[in-house]
Amino acid sequence: MKVLGVSGSLRRDSYNTRLLEAAAELLPEGVELAMLEGLKEIPPYDQDDDVEPAPEAVARLRERLAGADAVLFATPEYNSSIPGVLKNAIDWASRPLMTNPLRFKPVAVTGASTGAFGAVWAQGELRKVLGALGARVVEAAVAVGHAPTRFDDAGRLVDEELQGELRELVADLVAAVEDRREAAAPA
Amino acid sequence: MTSTDTMTRLPVGTWTLDPVHSTIGFEVEYLVGTFRGQFRDVDGRLAVGDDGSATLEGSARVASVDVKDEQLAAHLQTPDFFDAERFPELRFLAEGFDVSGGEVRAEGELTIKGVTKPVAFVGTVTPPSEDPFGRTRTGAVLTAKVDRHDFGVSWNTPLPGGDKALADEVAINAELFFTAQD
Repeated sequence: MKVLGVSGSLRRDSYNTRLLEAAAELLPEGVELAMLEGLKEIPPYDQDDDVEPAPEAVARLRERLAGADAVLFATPEYNSSIPGVLKNAIDWASRPLMTNPLRFKPVAVTGASTGAFGAVWAQGELRKVLGALGARVVEAAVAVGHAPTRFDDAGRLVDEELQGELRELVADLVAAVEDRREAAAPA
Repeated sequence: MTSTDTMTRLPVGTWTLDPVHSTIGFEVEYLVGTFRGQFRDVDGRLAVGDDGSATLEGSARVASVDVKDEQLAAHLQTPDFFDAERFPELRFLAEGFDVSGGEVRAEGELTIKGVTKPVAFVGTVTPPSEDPFGRTRTGAVLTAKVDRHDFGVSWNTPLPGGDKALADEVAINAELFFTAQD
Protein backbone atom coordinates (compact mmCIF):
# COMPACT_ATOMS: atom_id res chain seq x y z
CA MET A 1 0.00 0.00 0.00
CA LYS A 2 1.35 3.39 -1.00
CA VAL A 3 0.75 6.49 1.10
CA LEU A 4 1.81 9.83 -0.31
CA GLY A 5 2.99 12.39 2.22
CA VAL A 6 2.21 16.01 1.36
CA SER A 7 3.76 18.71 3.50
CA GLY A 8 2.22 22.15 3.18
CA SER A 9 5.48 23.76 4.19
CA LEU A 10 8.36 24.30 1.79
CA ARG A 11 10.88 25.23 4.51
CA ARG A 12 13.96 22.97 4.61
CA ASP A 13 13.63 22.20 8.33
CA SER A 14 9.82 22.22 8.33
CA TYR A 15 8.17 20.65 11.38
CA ASN A 16 5.36 19.44 9.15
CA THR A 17 7.78 17.63 6.85
CA ARG A 18 9.38 16.09 9.94
CA LEU A 19 5.95 15.06 11.14
CA LEU A 20 5.40 13.11 7.94
CA GLU A 21 8.86 11.56 8.29
CA ALA A 22 7.84 10.52 11.81
CA ALA A 23 4.64 8.99 10.43
CA ALA A 24 6.73 7.03 7.92
CA GLU A 25 8.37 5.31 10.90
CA LEU A 26 5.00 4.30 12.37
CA LEU A 27 3.48 2.48 9.41
CA PRO A 28 2.00 -1.00 9.63
CA GLU A 29 3.76 -3.72 7.69
CA GLY A 30 3.24 -3.59 3.95
CA VAL A 31 2.61 0.15 3.91
CA GLU A 32 5.12 2.63 2.55
CA LEU A 33 5.10 6.40 2.69
CA ALA A 34 6.79 8.47 0.01
CA MET A 35 7.00 12.24 0.11
CA LEU A 36 5.59 14.50 -2.56
CA GLU A 37 8.20 16.86 -3.92
CA GLY A 38 7.96 19.76 -6.28
CA LEU A 39 5.18 21.72 -4.61
CA LYS A 40 7.20 24.88 -5.19
CA GLU A 41 7.37 24.29 -8.95
CA ILE A 42 3.59 24.21 -9.39
CA PRO A 43 2.50 27.41 -11.16
CA PRO A 44 -0.37 29.56 -9.86
CA TYR A 45 -3.68 28.04 -10.91
CA ASP A 46 -5.02 29.64 -14.07
CA GLN A 47 -7.92 28.05 -15.91
CA ASP A 48 -6.35 29.22 -19.18
CA ASP A 49 -3.35 27.00 -18.42
CA ASP A 50 -5.50 24.07 -17.26
CA VAL A 51 -5.42 22.33 -20.64
CA GLU A 52 -3.79 19.20 -22.03
CA PRO A 53 -0.92 18.73 -21.78
CA ALA A 54 -0.89 20.10 -18.24
CA PRO A 55 2.16 22.04 -17.05
CA GLU A 56 4.88 19.52 -16.23
CA ALA A 57 4.85 20.08 -12.46
CA VAL A 58 1.06 19.71 -12.43
CA ALA A 59 1.16 16.51 -14.47
CA ARG A 60 3.69 15.11 -11.98
CA LEU A 61 1.47 16.12 -9.06
CA ARG A 62 -1.61 14.47 -10.57
CA GLU A 63 0.39 11.35 -11.38
CA ARG A 64 1.76 11.05 -7.83
CA LEU A 65 -1.71 11.51 -6.34
CA ALA A 66 -3.28 9.03 -8.75
CA GLY A 67 -0.61 6.44 -7.98
CA ALA A 68 -1.11 6.63 -4.21
CA ASP A 69 -3.64 4.53 -2.31
CA ALA A 70 -3.93 7.24 0.33
CA VAL A 71 -2.57 10.70 1.08
CA LEU A 72 -1.37 12.04 4.41
CA PHE A 73 -1.29 15.83 4.59
CA ALA A 74 0.64 17.83 7.17
CA THR A 75 -0.17 21.51 7.12
CA PRO A 76 1.20 24.51 8.90
CA GLU A 77 -1.13 27.39 9.64
CA TYR A 78 -0.71 30.73 7.91
CA ASN A 79 -3.09 33.44 9.09
CA SER A 80 -5.54 30.90 10.49
CA SER A 81 -5.67 28.89 7.27
CA ILE A 82 -3.73 26.63 4.93
CA PRO A 83 -0.70 27.89 3.01
CA GLY A 84 -1.46 29.24 -0.44
CA VAL A 85 1.06 26.90 -2.01
CA LEU A 86 -0.84 23.87 -0.68
CA LYS A 87 -4.25 25.23 -1.67
CA ASN A 88 -2.90 26.03 -5.13
CA ALA A 89 -1.66 22.46 -5.60
CA ILE A 90 -5.00 21.05 -4.43
CA ASP A 91 -6.87 23.38 -6.79
CA TRP A 92 -4.84 22.03 -9.72
CA ALA A 93 -5.36 18.46 -8.57
CA SER A 94 -9.12 18.90 -8.15
CA ARG A 95 -9.90 19.52 -11.80
CA PRO A 96 -11.86 18.16 -13.52
CA LEU A 97 -13.87 17.52 -10.38
CA MET A 98 -15.58 14.28 -11.46
CA THR A 99 -12.31 12.55 -12.36
CA ASN A 100 -9.81 14.20 -10.03
CA PRO A 101 -7.27 11.82 -8.47
CA LEU A 102 -8.39 12.59 -4.91
CA ARG A 103 -12.03 11.70 -5.54
CA PHE A 104 -13.00 8.92 -3.07
CA LYS A 105 -9.32 8.60 -2.09
CA PRO A 106 -8.70 8.11 1.63
CA VAL A 107 -6.84 11.10 3.05
CA ALA A 108 -5.82 12.14 6.54
CA VAL A 109 -4.78 15.49 7.93
CA THR A 110 -2.29 16.45 10.59
CA GLY A 111 -0.42 19.63 11.29
CA ALA A 112 2.27 21.23 13.40
CA SER A 113 2.72 24.78 14.58
CA THR A 114 5.07 26.58 16.90
CA GLY A 115 2.06 27.93 18.85
CA ALA A 116 -0.16 26.05 21.25
CA PHE A 117 -2.86 24.81 18.91
CA GLY A 118 -1.08 22.71 16.32
CA ALA A 119 -2.59 24.30 13.22
CA VAL A 120 -6.11 23.18 14.13
CA TRP A 121 -7.80 25.89 12.06
CA ALA A 122 -5.68 25.12 9.03
CA GLN A 123 -6.42 21.44 9.52
CA GLY A 124 -10.14 22.18 9.65
CA GLU A 125 -9.95 24.19 6.45
CA LEU A 126 -7.91 21.51 4.72
CA ARG A 127 -10.44 18.85 5.71
CA LYS A 128 -13.23 21.01 4.32
CA VAL A 129 -11.37 21.54 1.03
CA LEU A 130 -10.56 17.84 0.68
CA GLY A 131 -14.18 16.91 1.42
CA ALA A 132 -15.42 19.36 -1.20
CA LEU A 133 -13.34 17.75 -3.93
CA GLY A 134 -14.58 14.31 -2.96
CA ALA A 135 -11.83 12.76 -0.86
CA ARG A 136 -12.65 10.33 1.93
CA VAL A 137 -11.31 12.31 4.90
CA VAL A 138 -10.62 10.12 7.94
CA GLU A 139 -12.14 11.54 11.11
CA ALA A 140 -9.12 11.40 13.38
CA ALA A 141 -6.72 14.35 13.45
CA VAL A 142 -3.42 15.00 15.18
CA ALA A 143 -2.46 18.52 16.21
CA VAL A 144 1.16 19.12 17.13
CA GLY A 145 1.43 22.36 19.10
CA HIS A 146 4.68 23.84 20.45
CA ALA A 147 6.45 22.00 17.66
CA PRO A 148 10.04 22.93 18.65
CA THR A 149 9.62 20.99 21.89
CA ARG A 150 8.28 17.84 20.20
CA PHE A 151 11.27 17.09 18.00
CA ASP A 152 14.89 16.44 18.94
CA ASP A 153 17.91 18.11 17.32
CA ALA A 154 17.97 15.46 14.61
CA GLY A 155 14.36 16.29 13.71
CA ARG A 156 12.81 13.13 15.15
CA LEU A 157 9.43 13.26 16.87
CA VAL A 158 10.22 12.42 20.50
CA ASP A 159 6.82 12.96 22.11
CA GLU A 160 5.48 9.47 22.80
CA GLU A 161 1.85 10.53 23.16
CA LEU A 162 1.98 12.20 19.76
CA GLN A 163 3.68 9.15 18.30
CA GLY A 164 0.73 7.10 19.54
CA GLU A 165 -1.80 9.53 18.05
CA LEU A 166 0.06 9.58 14.76
CA ARG A 167 0.19 5.78 14.68
CA GLU A 168 -3.59 5.68 15.17
CA LEU A 169 -4.14 8.28 12.47
CA VAL A 170 -2.09 6.25 10.00
CA ALA A 171 -3.93 3.07 11.06
CA ASP A 172 -7.27 4.77 10.35
CA LEU A 173 -5.99 5.85 6.96
CA VAL A 174 -4.85 2.31 6.15
CA ALA A 175 -8.22 0.95 7.31
CA ALA A 176 -10.00 3.39 4.98
CA VAL A 177 -7.96 2.06 2.05
CA GLU A 178 -8.85 -1.50 3.01
CA ASP A 179 -12.55 -0.59 3.27
CA ARG A 180 -12.34 0.95 -0.17
CA ARG A 181 -10.74 -2.15 -1.64
CA GLU A 182 -13.40 -4.30 0.00
CA ALA A 183 -16.18 -2.14 -1.47
CA ALA A 184 -14.58 -2.42 -4.93
CA ALA A 185 -14.18 -6.20 -4.74
CA PRO A 186 -16.88 -8.21 -6.52
CA ALA A 187 -19.43 -9.57 -4.05
CA MET B 1 -58.14 8.28 -18.12
CA THR B 2 -56.44 10.07 -15.32
CA SER B 3 -57.75 9.30 -11.90
CA THR B 4 -57.28 11.44 -8.86
CA ASP B 5 -59.50 9.26 -6.69
CA THR B 6 -57.91 7.79 -3.63
CA MET B 7 -58.16 4.23 -2.44
CA THR B 8 -59.59 2.40 0.49
CA ARG B 9 -57.29 -0.59 -0.12
CA LEU B 10 -54.12 -1.25 -2.05
CA PRO B 11 -54.58 -2.57 -5.61
CA VAL B 12 -54.12 -6.34 -5.70
CA GLY B 13 -51.41 -7.56 -8.06
CA THR B 14 -47.76 -7.22 -8.82
CA TRP B 15 -46.78 -3.81 -10.06
CA THR B 16 -43.49 -2.75 -11.61
CA LEU B 17 -42.19 0.78 -11.33
CA ASP B 18 -42.19 2.80 -14.53
CA PRO B 19 -38.85 4.57 -14.03
CA VAL B 20 -39.38 7.12 -16.80
CA HIS B 21 -42.45 8.79 -15.35
CA SER B 22 -41.69 8.21 -11.70
CA THR B 23 -39.71 10.70 -9.63
CA ILE B 24 -37.83 9.89 -6.47
CA GLY B 25 -36.45 13.10 -5.12
CA PHE B 26 -35.53 15.03 -2.03
CA GLU B 27 -36.04 18.53 -0.73
CA VAL B 28 -34.22 20.33 2.02
CA GLU B 29 -34.11 23.88 3.28
CA TYR B 30 -30.90 25.57 2.15
CA LEU B 31 -29.97 29.20 2.81
CA VAL B 32 -33.16 31.02 1.82
CA GLY B 33 -35.41 28.40 0.30
CA THR B 34 -36.11 24.82 -0.60
CA PHE B 35 -33.51 22.97 -2.64
CA ARG B 36 -34.64 19.96 -4.66
CA GLY B 37 -32.95 17.10 -6.45
CA GLN B 38 -33.86 13.67 -7.74
CA PHE B 39 -32.35 10.33 -8.69
CA ARG B 40 -32.72 9.45 -12.36
CA ASP B 41 -31.93 5.76 -12.11
CA VAL B 42 -34.60 4.15 -9.95
CA ASP B 43 -36.54 0.94 -9.80
CA GLY B 44 -39.26 -0.50 -7.66
CA ARG B 45 -42.01 -3.01 -7.22
CA LEU B 46 -45.30 -3.18 -5.38
CA ALA B 47 -46.84 -6.57 -4.65
CA VAL B 48 -50.27 -6.77 -3.07
CA GLY B 49 -51.86 -10.11 -2.21
CA ASP B 50 -55.56 -10.99 -2.15
CA ASP B 51 -55.34 -11.05 1.62
CA GLY B 52 -54.18 -7.43 1.67
CA SER B 53 -50.58 -8.24 2.53
CA ALA B 54 -48.25 -6.00 0.61
CA THR B 55 -44.60 -5.31 -0.10
CA LEU B 56 -43.21 -2.11 -1.55
CA GLU B 57 -39.56 -2.04 -2.47
CA GLY B 58 -37.53 0.49 -4.31
CA SER B 59 -34.00 1.58 -4.93
CA ALA B 60 -32.15 4.52 -6.43
CA ARG B 61 -28.61 4.76 -7.74
CA VAL B 62 -26.62 7.50 -6.00
CA ALA B 63 -24.50 8.05 -9.12
CA SER B 64 -27.66 9.18 -10.91
CA VAL B 65 -28.32 12.08 -8.55
CA ASP B 66 -29.68 14.92 -10.66
CA VAL B 67 -29.35 18.57 -9.69
CA LYS B 68 -28.90 21.61 -11.88
CA ASP B 69 -25.13 21.84 -11.54
CA GLU B 70 -22.68 19.07 -12.35
CA GLN B 71 -20.18 20.25 -9.73
CA LEU B 72 -22.87 19.94 -7.09
CA ALA B 73 -23.89 16.52 -8.43
CA ALA B 74 -20.23 15.49 -8.15
CA HIS B 75 -20.11 16.71 -4.55
CA LEU B 76 -23.36 14.93 -3.61
CA GLN B 77 -21.78 11.62 -4.65
CA THR B 78 -18.78 12.03 -2.35
CA PRO B 79 -18.30 10.98 1.28
CA ASP B 80 -19.43 14.49 2.34
CA PHE B 81 -22.94 13.35 1.31
CA PHE B 82 -24.05 9.96 -0.10
CA ASP B 83 -20.63 8.31 -0.65
CA ALA B 84 -21.52 6.63 -3.95
CA GLU B 85 -18.38 4.54 -4.09
CA ARG B 86 -19.06 2.62 -0.88
CA PHE B 87 -22.84 2.93 -0.83
CA PRO B 88 -23.99 3.07 -4.44
CA GLU B 89 -27.70 2.54 -3.69
CA LEU B 90 -30.47 3.96 -1.58
CA ARG B 91 -33.12 1.38 -0.71
CA PHE B 92 -36.55 1.20 0.84
CA LEU B 93 -38.52 -1.88 1.80
CA ALA B 94 -41.97 -1.68 3.39
CA GLU B 95 -44.18 -4.53 4.49
CA GLY B 96 -46.50 -2.76 6.90
CA PHE B 97 -49.37 -0.80 5.35
CA ASP B 98 -52.27 1.10 6.69
CA VAL B 99 -54.93 2.52 4.39
CA SER B 100 -57.54 4.76 5.93
CA GLY B 101 -59.34 7.95 5.07
CA GLY B 102 -57.82 7.88 1.61
CA GLU B 103 -54.33 7.97 3.06
CA VAL B 104 -51.71 5.26 2.84
CA ARG B 105 -49.02 4.76 5.40
CA ALA B 106 -46.11 2.50 4.45
CA GLU B 107 -43.86 1.48 7.33
CA GLY B 108 -40.53 0.13 6.30
CA GLU B 109 -36.80 0.36 6.41
CA LEU B 110 -34.87 3.01 4.57
CA THR B 111 -31.18 2.51 3.80
CA ILE B 112 -29.01 5.51 3.01
CA LYS B 113 -25.21 5.48 3.14
CA GLY B 114 -25.24 1.97 4.57
CA VAL B 115 -27.44 2.95 7.53
CA THR B 116 -30.87 1.30 7.81
CA LYS B 117 -33.59 2.99 9.87
CA PRO B 118 -37.33 2.51 10.24
CA VAL B 119 -39.14 5.17 8.25
CA ALA B 120 -42.83 5.70 7.42
CA PHE B 121 -43.86 7.08 4.04
CA VAL B 122 -47.30 8.67 3.94
CA GLY B 123 -49.41 9.61 0.94
CA THR B 124 -51.98 8.37 -1.51
CA VAL B 125 -52.44 5.58 -4.03
CA THR B 126 -54.51 6.04 -7.17
CA PRO B 127 -56.89 3.26 -8.26
CA PRO B 128 -55.81 1.12 -11.24
CA SER B 129 -56.84 2.23 -14.70
CA GLU B 130 -56.11 1.27 -18.30
CA ASP B 131 -53.56 3.29 -20.24
CA PRO B 132 -53.84 3.91 -24.02
CA PHE B 133 -51.58 0.93 -24.73
CA GLY B 134 -53.72 -1.66 -22.98
CA ARG B 135 -51.72 -1.85 -19.80
CA THR B 136 -53.09 -1.41 -16.33
CA ARG B 137 -51.47 1.25 -14.23
CA THR B 138 -51.61 2.47 -10.70
CA GLY B 139 -49.76 5.24 -8.95
CA ALA B 140 -48.65 6.43 -5.55
CA VAL B 141 -47.43 9.68 -4.09
CA LEU B 142 -45.50 9.13 -0.89
CA THR B 143 -43.45 11.37 1.37
CA ALA B 144 -41.23 10.77 4.36
CA LYS B 145 -39.25 13.16 6.48
CA VAL B 146 -35.91 12.09 7.88
CA ASP B 147 -33.07 13.64 9.81
CA ARG B 148 -30.12 13.26 7.45
CA HIS B 149 -27.72 12.97 10.39
CA ASP B 150 -29.39 9.67 11.32
CA PHE B 151 -27.91 8.33 8.09
CA GLY B 152 -24.51 9.96 8.44
CA VAL B 153 -25.21 12.62 5.81
CA SER B 154 -23.86 15.41 7.94
CA TRP B 155 -22.23 18.01 5.70
CA ASN B 156 -22.91 21.61 6.61
CA THR B 157 -21.36 25.02 6.51
CA PRO B 158 -21.88 27.89 8.94
CA LEU B 159 -23.55 31.14 7.94
CA PRO B 160 -22.02 34.47 8.98
CA GLY B 161 -24.82 34.88 11.55
CA GLY B 162 -23.96 31.57 13.19
CA ASP B 163 -26.76 29.41 11.79
CA LYS B 164 -26.16 26.45 9.52
CA ALA B 165 -26.64 26.68 5.76
CA LEU B 166 -28.33 23.32 5.30
CA ALA B 167 -31.27 22.01 7.34
CA ASP B 168 -31.16 18.67 9.14
CA GLU B 169 -34.62 17.54 8.03
CA VAL B 170 -34.96 16.25 4.49
CA ALA B 171 -38.21 15.31 2.76
CA ILE B 172 -38.03 12.32 0.46
CA ASN B 173 -40.74 12.52 -2.18
CA ALA B 174 -41.72 9.58 -4.32
CA GLU B 175 -44.14 10.03 -7.19
CA LEU B 176 -44.51 6.48 -8.37
CA PHE B 177 -46.05 5.19 -11.59
CA PHE B 178 -46.63 1.44 -11.65
CA THR B 179 -47.54 -0.90 -14.49
CA ALA B 180 -49.22 -4.23 -13.86
CA GLN B 181 -46.75 -7.04 -14.34
CA ASP B 182 -47.79 -9.59 -17.01
